[in-house]
Amino acid sequence: MTIKVIVKGKVQGIALVAKNPMNFLGAVDKKTGKIRDEKHDLFGKSLAEKILVFPYGVGSSVGAYTIYSIKSNKCAPQAMICLKVDLTTASGCALANIPLVLASKDEYDFIKDGAKIILDAENGKIL
Amino acid sequence: MDLTKDEEAALKGEQGETLALAYRVLVAIGEATNADHLLPVEWAHLSGINYNTIGDAGEEFLAKLSKDAKFKIKTTVNPMGFDFDTVARYDLDDEFITKQESIKNSYEKMGAIQSFSCIPYEIFDLPKIGTHVSFAESNAAIYANSISKLKTNKEGAFSALASALTGKSPFSDLRKDETRDPNLTIRMKADKKDELAFGLLGYYSGKVAGSSIAISGISELDRRSCKSLCAGMGTSGACGMFTLGDAKGETIDFDKKEMQKTHDELNTADSGDIITLGSPQLGLDEISDLAGMLEGRSFKKRCMVFCPRAIQEQSRKFGYAKEIERAGGEVLYDCCICLTPLIDKKNVDGVITNSVKGAYYLRTSNGVDVNLKSLSQIIKEETK
Repeated sequence: MTIKVIVKGKVQGIALVAKNPMNFLGAVDKKTGKIRDEKHDLFGKSLAEKILVFPYGVGSSVGAYTIYSIKSNKCAPQAMICLKVDLTTASGCALANIPLVLASKDEYDFIKDGAKIILDAENGKIL
Repeated sequence: MDLTKDEEAALKGEQGETLALAYRVLVAIGEATNADHLLPVEWAHLSGINYNTIGDAGEEFLAKLSKDAKFKIKTTVNPMGFDFDTVARYDLDDEFITKQESIKNSYEKMGAIQSFSCIPYEIFDLPKIGTHVSFAESNAAIYANSISKLKTNKEGAFSALASALTGKSPFSDLRKDETRDPNLTIRMKADKKDELAFGLLGYYSGKVAGSSIAISGISELDRRSCKSLCAGMGTSGACGMFTLGDAKGETIDFDKKEMQKTHDELNTADSGDIITLGSPQLGLDEISDLAGMLEGRSFKKRCMVFCPRAIQEQSRKFGYAKEIERAGGEVLYDCCICLTPLIDKKNVDGVITNSVKGAYYLRTSNGVDVNLKSLSQIIKEETK
């Protein structure tokens, strides 16, 4: 198996692929779910309803509360796919009940921005 | 991860959303740290109490969670931003006070002991050796593992909160005996052996260590120096434990030159306009020492002394607080140097402290310059 499940769930949606790591506390507007960091490659884009694909999370652990906030404000991604695990993203997705998986490098590179994908984070599959 | 039937059911929400959330956090962190199961813990010590650390999102989350959540095990909490008895003396904005009060109330409602202290190992009775606890405050986790012989990872705010709600923690890292065995040694070669020297040693060690590190070249360590070592180590890295005595694995020397380099990294000023003592918060012996050192002397500058509420009450009873106040000091409780809104760059340029941890956060979070020197030097230079 090449997918490791961190938070379970099953969703389908459109992939939003970030090249840069995510700093949830600094870079995400918790009311709108939009990326507000001008230096981020997803600047101005909304995370709402997407399957957010990014290498890993960085920055303050308080960013986990930001993930919870965007979920409460109904502008959170449906799921997240990362290359490397970090405890802020893991804690935040767990609090907010957003499925989170780790993909292997091959699997990760295969996901194209804008592609429609089905994420089965019960059995660890990306289709 | 292997879960028991009960844990699996709770994760699925059969015992309500609060427990489902708590188990999701434990499983997510367990999967991320390669734990294969959960194990019971007896005591959780929580961080994320100060409004300055968790902000609006944290305050809102806790207000919602506390509507029906109850802590399952003994739960103590870190310092807040200020103490409510003396806050009126300081020029804090109302929003900060209201939000801090909401956070305090949320934890109280869930059943936390109102300790507001970063030294739970000094003010509570300790469980027996080898007991698993879940401590989110870094200096407390290191002290618990290294001195109190308890077992904890250097927990985060969320893993400790989930432990408080469930009485469980993932079996990973320092909970496993093989990880507790260090494979790297720092040899203390510097002659200076006051609390500042040990704070710098801790800060240096934390940077190079993995989960656990051996420290050699130290014959004895008093409580003040030990707390300073733990706090320094907790500030600079992920290391959650040290052993004293025999060298293990490769040895790195911490000599006079390295100590000076570490000091230069943290010290940004030659003096300051305010003195702060107490990160970690001072215990009763430290307060009594301080009162003794101040006999017949007075601070030339404003001095803030931070301790837990329980220690403040005792030091008032024994007259130590009165002696510190006579010398011009202020005794504050329920809060500490780190991230307190009481030290603001709007009215303070530089802060004098003997705390390596305090120095780090004063500079990075409060945005003020820091003059880092030992307590004896502070008494010599800053009192008359």
